[in-house]
Amino acid sequence: MEFGAIIKHDQKKSPKTGAWRYMHPEVDKEKCIGCGTCVGFCPDAAITVSKEQGTMNNKNKKGTAEIDYEYCKGCGVCAEVCPVKAITMKKK
Amino acid sequence: MNKKNKKLALTGGAAAAEALKQIEIDVMPIYPITPQTTIIETYAGFEANGEVETEIIKVESEHSAMSAAIGASSAGARTATATSSQGLALMHEVLYIASGFRLPIMMLVSARALASPINIHGDHSDVMGCRDSGWIQLFCENAQEVYDKTIIGMKLAEKVKLPIMVIMDGFNTSHSVENLEILETKIVQEFVGEFEAISPLLDTENPVTYGAVALQNSYFEFRIDQEEAMKSVEEEYEKIVAEYEKISGRKYSIFEEYRLEAAEKIMVLTGSATGTAKVVVDKLREAGEKVGILKIELFRPFPHKKIAESLKNAKEIIVLDRAQSIGTYPPFYSEITKSLYEAKSYNLKAKSYIYGLGGRDIFQKQIEDVFAGKIEGGYIK
Repeated sequence: MEFGAIIKHDQKKSPKTGAWRYMHPEVDKEKCIGCGTCVGFCPDAAITVSKEQGTMNNKNKKGTAEIDYEYCKGCGVCAEVCPVKAITMKKK
Repeated sequence: MNKKNKKLALTGGAAAAEALKQIEIDVMPIYPITPQTTIIETYAGFEANGEVETEIIKVESEHSAMSAAIGASSAGARTATATSSQGLALMHEVLYIASGFRLPIMMLVSARALASPINIHGDHSDVMGCRDSGWIQLFCENAQEVYDKTIIGMKLAEKVKLPIMVIMDGFNTSHSVENLEILETKIVQEFVGEFEAISPLLDTENPVTYGAVALQNSYFEFRIDQEEAMKSVEEEYEKIVAEYEKISGRKYSIFEEYRLEAAEKIMVLTGSATGTAKVVVDKLREAGEKVGILKIELFRPFPHKKIAESLKNAKEIIVLDRAQSIGTYPPFYSEITKSLYEAKSYNLKAKSYIYGLGGRDIFQKQIEDVFAGKIEGGYIK
């Protein structure tokens, strides 16, 4: 038992909050234009735009959104704000 | 005993402040209330003169004072505060958090009556109101005891990891100037030692959460843990006072037995009134009466077994309370009768009296009358 109910943290494990999720966002890499709107809106700072090269179909593309599922709580804000509807919420 | 020990004339409050200065308190969150003032005004003077490096936090209420004390102690600071009466009542909610977190906070209480009707003078109503809060409660008779028990209490609290109230009688002790002997600061510091918190919040390398939720599956166990810690206090206190006797020459115990040898009538009481009762007992002993005093010092935890042992040969036990417990028997009387019952001393007679509410004086004549059985009705008015 913890002394005085004081909980010691294991920093390696502690802030991973992805297990709380009911729905999860999925990015359609073909539709995503890499604009980064979702990055700014994500309350958990769990989205980054990758720096991969554009595909044959879309040569101007700079990258696509990538979601860190260790921290994503599945709130759905990214799907709501995506200008090209590239993100959809799905059940596991 | 060291010959360099200084004799000073101080109020009980100033004696407590002197002890706190020598202990070296890191943080002291305070809010003013009579009759705790002597403690804090003296200590604030030390701070203003640069004699201490304490961070004094002036807060907006006693609830905040205790909350700040909890924060400071959780952060790893040696923390003290002081209060009285309504202030202690306002702290009530957070007192339980201090004890639940197992923080060794030192609180000087200048015990005072509770409103209503409003009254600023001494009695034990306020401290009795928090006897179940998980704090150690230690009563003092005079300024010398206040000084000594502040030092002893700090070491005890840090040893068992429980908060402690060192209690003096409002005005009777806190504002009366008495001669007392103080130790050298170096000796006090060696005795008390450095404070090492178990899981200080400021240790960012080892982060912790204070105040976590514990529901049906674990709350019960935490409370049992606290009870166990409280049970260890008696033994630790005896060890610490034995150590203290070596540096000061003054002997303390979990309670004081005054002229109990072959005593037939034993008066149980605490605080400043004990001094008056001792004078009466000396007088009656000279006249050949077998009377004595058992002075309560450690009230939480209550040393039931040892007290029952000490009282077992009495013919009559007279319990004096300076507080009521409206709707039932007064606090000391309840504890004493419980001690006797648990020790199967069913044949011992105990009488209950309430005295000194709202600062009313108690005189030698009244104590003589109590011993003679002349006062009826349970109140020494």
